[in-house]
Amino acid sequence: MAEFLITTVGLSEWLAWTVTAVIAAVLVLNVIAGGALVFIWAERKIAGRIQDRLGPTRTGGRFGWLQSLADGLKLLAKEDLMPEGADGMLFRLAPYVSFCASFCAFIALPFAFDFIGCRLNVGVFFVVAVLGLEVFGVILAGYASASKWSLFGAMREAAQVVSYEVPLGMCVVVPVMLAGSMDMVTIAEKQAGWFTNWYLFHDPFTFVIFWVYVTCAVASVNRAPFDLAEAESELVAGFHTEYSGLRWSYFFMAEYGSMFLVSAMAAVLFMGGWNGPIPVASLLGLSEGTGDTANYFVRLLGMFNLLGKATLGVLVMMWVRWTLPRLRIDQVMTTCLKYCTPIAAAMFAGAMLWQLFLPGGLVPGLDRPAGEIREGWLEGPGGRGAAAPAASDEKVAQVISSQVNP
Amino acid sequence: MISLIGSTPLGGGLFAMGLFTEPVSVAHYLVVGAILFTAGIACMAVKRNALGVLMGIELVLNGANVNFVAFASPYLQAEGSRGLGLDGQVIALFVILLAAAEAAVALAITLNFYNNHATVDVDRADDLKG
Amino acid sequence: MMAAMSATGLVATALPLAAINWHSTFFLLFAVLACVCAVAVVAADNVVRMALYLVLSLGATAGLFFLAGAEFVGAMQLMIYVGGTLVLLVFGVMLTAQAPFVSIKTAPGDRALAGIVGASLLAVLLLSAFSVEEWRKPAAGVVGEPTATPIGMALLGVRVDEPPAHAPAGVRSGYLLPFEIVSVHLLVVLVAAAYLARAKRRKTPRAIEVAASVEPPASVAAHAAIGREPAGRSGSVLVGGPR
Repeated sequence: MAEFLITTVGLSEWLAWTVTAVIAAVLVLNVIAGGALVFIWAERKIAGRIQDRLGPTRTGGRFGWLQSLADGLKLLAKEDLMPEGADGMLFRLAPYVSFCASFCAFIALPFAFDFIGCRLNVGVFFVVAVLGLEVFGVILAGYASASKWSLFGAMREAAQVVSYEVPLGMCVVVPVMLAGSMDMVTIAEKQAGWFTNWYLFHDPFTFVIFWVYVTCAVASVNRAPFDLAEAESELVAGFHTEYSGLRWSYFFMAEYGSMFLVSAMAAVLFMGGWNGPIPVASLLGLSEGTGDTANYFVRLLGMFNLLGKATLGVLVMMWVRWTLPRLRIDQVMTTCLKYCTPIAAAMFAGAMLWQLFLPGGLVPGLDRPAGEIREGWLEGPGGRGAAAPAASDEKVAQVISSQVNP
Repeated sequence: MISLIGSTPLGGGLFAMGLFTEPVSVAHYLVVGAILFTAGIACMAVKRNALGVLMGIELVLNGANVNFVAFASPYLQAEGSRGLGLDGQVIALFVILLAAAEAAVALAITLNFYNNHATVDVDRADDLKG
Repeated sequence: MMAAMSATGLVATALPLAAINWHSTFFLLFAVLACVCAVAVVAADNVVRMALYLVLSLGATAGLFFLAGAEFVGAMQLMIYVGGTLVLLVFGVMLTAQAPFVSIKTAPGDRALAGIVGASLLAVLLLSAFSVEEWRKPAAGVVGEPTATPIGMALLGVRVDEPPAHAPAGVRSGYLLPFEIVSVHLLVVLVAAAYLARAKRRKTPRAIEVAASVEPPASVAAHAAIGREPAGRSGSVLVGGPR
């Protein structure tokens, strides 16, 4: 796009890059904010249906389409209160810390092959690390509010997030191991083709670990049944008890942004990323190199695939929220330390052994893309992405032998 | 935005020094590392809160890490010099890991100290003084 | 569009915008953030604010690592340091959140002394940083290979990266042994920390319980403010034990 601006529109180089960056940032911001609006509406409708009532019906027609927009306007107009005795700077800063962390993690999330803010070599790692920053805002908010409800909520959140990082990390490592890369684009590319190539169906262990991932992801973004930080039946509203107006809505947007993010992560890591269950594009004969328009169409299709999967994940989280009762804090810890962590560790070992002894899978002829290492040091000059796995093996053997017998 | 920065006296000065236009060198990173290191040392010396002392240690280790990464980075090296290569980055990794381990033990000690003294003021830890 | 173009032209004549090196600009941004926050850690008295500044400083340093091409180290820094600081922060809140203990102040004399010593240390470090000709040369800007896989192979004991120019010929060591030592070390630390911090069954009540029941918090606060006063008598009361 920057090239387009430079060559066609004639902007100077720095301006073109700036404009591109601003447009990309605004797009992602809109995905979060607009997505939050839609998701809040959907959540209220789903909650209503599950509880055998209608949900919002008045604002904006029969289905209450405009309900969340009206709520947003109300929040904008509300006064931002700050309790007496609060730590002013931290109290003001906390919502932005939360929101920025959630927003930052979108940098490394690929929406389609080329639709990515920054293709990082350590993408998965980066997203998990940055997502962990969100809890900082919550803890600061809980401390700075000078309210015991907020402090309780923040402490619970801290304990929960620190514990659930462990099994979450183990779950995330399994697709990384299967793909041989931490680059999210590469991981998604490896699952191209029919849905049998998804890592979800790679072997029984990955199938189990996907559900462990779902549990840990729900816990790490503080959704019910793990929403102890804002347990409204015990703690008023938990860490955001003292917040109102726009600052409160930043917390809300951060929550929905993180929900979308972990769902998109699940889609990329386990469900093929932008590759649909049926390879529509390649069945239609559209592939790389058919032409710019066709390429663009394929990417767009992929983006809708990913957005659809992520939305599905968010909807499942809502379904779970309105179905299961909230756990107690000791039950939350038991779930993490006694169930999720050992299961994740065992499944990790299992997936490793499967990859070692049955790399082709049980069913022959599915033509699964084999795990390979695609880094420059194996491929020689200018050969990025072109080398065959066999050549890589040779190079590795050569390197190893040269190390062993100098 | 940049033009705004450039129009202020400080920004203009930075422009004159070439900070916006010249590529950075290893020395730039070393300056950052030095400031972090000094801040950490000062923090360790000044703070009476045990947690503050811990934060000072983290800053010191972090300052050292900045230097390691700067010497290791192929991007920052001048023409014809290759720096430490991968070794610097691996050592930085080990430093990060050991810092985490150190923080865990130190926090456990602090917690014990708090249980015994009802405070985290390190000046009160003088039970062994003759 | 024309107006925008001419405006661009005006700005461009006023300042050499095209000459801006974005790498340097981002470096400047992160470097200033890291340094300012590091100094703020020293200057702040409230432990939670200190933790916030520390996190910002460490995060900015991670940004510097990304700019230096050390992506894996940067991500590691975000994950481990930030997680570690998070625990620090929680402890800070837990152990000092009662109002009298929020800030344990430093004496102004100590502060001034530390400032002088710190400034001289900084001067020495800066002098040595600028003393070597080679370090002051601007970067050639060679974009290296991504380092995550070579680091992983090195930790397994196989080196696939190219050797530095000054390295002696022959076998270069991988990092398998240090890797194993570090993992055992981490395990030991885990056990030790759990042992140290475990809830002990005590014959005598814990000091904080004694403090809560015997001494009113205000007098404890007064002791804390005076500093070293109650070491002998009050200390023995607080510790209990078989004296």
